[in-house]
Amino acid sequence: MQNKLDNLTDSLALSNWQIVLLARNSQRPSALDYINMISEGFVELRGDRYFSDDPALIGGIAKFEGEYVMFIGNQKGKTTKENLARNFGMAHPEGYRKALRLMKMAEKFGRPIVTFIDTPGAYPGIGAEERGQAEAIARNLLEMSRLNVPIICVVTGEGGSGGALGIGVGNKVLMMEYSIYSVISPEGCASILYRDSSRAMEAAENMKITAPSLLDLSIVDDIISEPSGGAHTDPKAAAENLKNAIIKHLKELKKLSSEKITEQRYNRFRKLGIFEKIQ
Amino acid sequence: MAIRESVADWFSKKKIKPSLDYQAEKLDIPGDLWVKCFKCGDTLYYKDLEKNFKVCTKCGYHFKLSFRERIAITVDNGAFIEYDKDIRSTNFFNFSDTKSYTERIEDNMKNTGLSDAIVTGEGKIAGHPVVLGIMDFSFMGGSMGSVVGEKVTLAVERAIEKKMPVIIFNASGGARMQEGIMSLMQMAKTSAALAKLADKNLPYISVLTDPTTAGVSASYAMLGDFIISEPGALIGFAGPRVIEQTIRQKLPPGFQRAEYVMAHGMIDIVTERKYLKDIVSKILEFTGH
Repeated sequence: MQNKLDNLTDSLALSNWQIVLLARNSQRPSALDYINMISEGFVELRGDRYFSDDPALIGGIAKFEGEYVMFIGNQKGKTTKENLARNFGMAHPEGYRKALRLMKMAEKFGRPIVTFIDTPGAYPGIGAEERGQAEAIARNLLEMSRLNVPIICVVTGEGGSGGALGIGVGNKVLMMEYSIYSVISPEGCASILYRDSSRAMEAAENMKITAPSLLDLSIVDDIISEPSGGAHTDPKAAAENLKNAIIKHLKELKKLSSEKITEQRYNRFRKLGIFEKIQ
Repeated sequence: MAIRESVADWFSKKKIKPSLDYQAEKLDIPGDLWVKCFKCGDTLYYKDLEKNFKVCTKCGYHFKLSFRERIAITVDNGAFIEYDKDIRSTNFFNFSDTKSYTERIEDNMKNTGLSDAIVTGEGKIAGHPVVLGIMDFSFMGGSMGSVVGEKVTLAVERAIEKKMPVIIFNASGGARMQEGIMSLMQMAKTSAALAKLADKNLPYISVLTDPTTAGVSASYAMLGDFIISEPGALIGFAGPRVIEQTIRQKLPPGFQRAEYVMAHGMIDIVTERKYLKDIVSKILEFTGH
């Protein structure tokens, strides 16, 4: 399957479903991989100060091109053991609350924020519900919208619904070439709309979940190209492209005053929505 | 007294025909005189139910209210100025399941008499001028697409302009699947608008009714300065079935119901429908609006 996929990416004619499989590939570079490849001296900062530390959503400070940045990211594992420890990259409310704490700290000290999105979604579990998963995500959306430092969000793998958006309200939202971003997984979409989750492939083709479609819709601002075969076939090359994209967009945003930073982000999301006005 | 006023409103409105979402809930009894309670199964005389704010006289089950029913028991004299009536959903992704999204919208408009899953506008609650958003679950499960997101945002922006409080009655299964990622973006848009409202120290009261889940709960519904819920309302991020399938164990009794959610610290008040208006009025007085 993998070889087949590698060959197919060269042909540039991947189906949406094939991109879904690439985005979910367990060997894709994770947030920590990218942070370590593009920055120096990463210090992880833990805990939400209310309940616990969520290993599925990590954050910390590191030097990026000579300047400190607050990095935040969904963290998946590459093996089953790692994935169990990371809860398959599905964060609990404490993950979102930790992210918010760190983002507010970045604002306090005038540092830009870079987030890496790669999650099937926020965790649907008893504890997550009891501790306010919905509130935690909602709070992040509200607070991120008014931070006055630059925020760059990069969908590196799976951008799974509210769990992705919870760290996704950026001045710039970028996507890796073979990542996806959607309101629901193709399986979920198929099971709700066709009442048959096995029709996920079909649903994927009908959903606008790949980078080019989302660029057309202004949901994302830029696409970061991946080595042929996908980021996992040459993580260093993928990281280099990612780094250059962040440098480019950060440079642009740094020209703006802190008020303009907030304003640009608000306006970016304010204009999203398609409807018609009747006479 | 706020409650007396609303009861008076209720009686004055009793000529209003039951809405279609309600008829869908009914037993198939000719004349629509009797309805069966979903919780206790008791058969209730429709007029008694109507007089009791559509709360079961036997077990207290809160039936879902349509937009018109909610307005009638909430806004003084039913006086309501609607905002943004002219915005309509479009099938921009050309989506179709068993029928096309366009057809689905048209059917829902016909059946509910509404243009989408929320109606926004302004009116008075016990004398306090407020900007209101009232969601109606009977319109595509109260789902939020571009129109719901835009109407909420425009309503909040108008409240900022007019220095008025915002109160939203939520009833929603979440984001509207037919609008895909654009529905997801409405969560960010509406939450950002509420940040601006909060920056102006204007109050936002969120009322949760059955159900308030997923995309709507993970955005404006859970962002109230004050969060009030009707008894028994299902409130959560993920649906109970999804959670059960994920964790493969039975959910605790009362899980994700208003009382359970309040016990876990996520909402301020669970109140019976008949006291709602009085509580809202007290909160508005507290905020100085």
